[in-house]
Amino acid sequence: MEREFDKAIKEMYKEKFLAPENEVRQVSAPDGSIIEIDPLKDYFCQERPKEHKPRKGVVEDFLNWARAESLWVLGFGTGCGSIEIPPLVTPRFDMYRYGVQMRPTPRQSNVFIISGYLSVKTLKRAIRSYEQMPSPKYIIALGSCTINGGMYWDSYNTINRLDHYMPVDVYIAGCMPRPEALLAGFGKLKELIKSGQGEKANEYARNFDWYKANQKKIIRDWNMPDYNW
Amino acid sequence: MVEILKELEERFQVSDLVQQKDHLAFVSVDKNKAIPMITWLKDQAGYTSLTLITAVDWLEDGKFQLTYMINNPKNKTQIAARVMIDRENATMESAHHLWESVRIYQRELKEMFGIDFPGSPGVDESFILEGWVDIPPYRRDFDTKKYSEETYFPRPGRQSNDPAEYMKSKMYPNE
Repeated sequence: MEREFDKAIKEMYKEKFLAPENEVRQVSAPDGSIIEIDPLKDYFCQERPKEHKPRKGVVEDFLNWARAESLWVLGFGTGCGSIEIPPLVTPRFDMYRYGVQMRPTPRQSNVFIISGYLSVKTLKRAIRSYEQMPSPKYIIALGSCTINGGMYWDSYNTINRLDHYMPVDVYIAGCMPRPEALLAGFGKLKELIKSGQGEKANEYARNFDWYKANQKKIIRDWNMPDYNW
Repeated sequence: MVEILKELEERFQVSDLVQQKDHLAFVSVDKNKAIPMITWLKDQAGYTSLTLITAVDWLEDGKFQLTYMINNPKNKTQIAARVMIDRENATMESAHHLWESVRIYQRELKEMFGIDFPGSPGVDESFILEGWVDIPPYRRDFDTKKYSEETYFPRPGRQSNDPAEYMKSKMYPNE
């Protein structure tokens, strides 16, 4: 069921900014019949994200241990911090020994490093990538720009607080944090997951309307589906 | 360098010649003579490479200053042509037929300053500000701090000091 709020927002933005590839159109099927395609309905998932309840007792502990020891990071760099990630793959820092590795697509990864400032244009892509990642998923916010805007706090095009748009598990302060700090962040994230506190994906599902409202407040050309995993 | 500036003065009535360095000179030129002058420099005088196009907002005078900086790779000299255009309904003749990269500069100028270049390919598409509804952000009457505070949920508790007063209070607390 569609909520009033979603409906109102959708109507507001549909007329104004719908990308041409997302418009309703007539397509001829292979058997010759004409069918109507509504890409927002037919090509994307309309279902809202669900909360995943933890299993009981030892099973959840075991699952959390397994999750913590295999963090697959999405290769998505924003801002200056993206240059701090490649050294982690080199022998000097070597993140593979901690079970951390880079993956090229959101479908294969469960950790998203927001590595610095996010402009509104990048935020839109980051949200889409985050929503395509399979749950349980975690966000590491790197650098002071993600905490309070950092040196871009009064800029017209960069966000100030990441936690208003995406749920953040671990913040790493600094401008810029060195790769060692990133490794420490991974260690902290592991602790959180093992103790059963890595529940931000569920929090995103729970407060979905609040997050969407915040996102739509600044992404004015919302020409994509509301949820698209 | 001196000869080319003399020739520009004769042909295109440029003014305010400033030769900043041996290889760099600034000239001011009328709005309707700017593109012919740049075309002449490119086709006849060997200034075949575009360095940049940029704009300055002279808010008090109600003018935009466009600067076309072009480079002669043979003798390694630069000429920057300054063009003043009105701030109201700012429009300038497009130069995208001269260099491919001009269209990108003009798209950026349209988005950041609101200077229109009719006929330039893709000039109306959004460049980096998708769905921008306010006045163009590089104009000097745009208050970027106010906009950021209203839009991007500033985290409370942030404070800033005037450096001079802060250092004074730190170093000479008794005065």
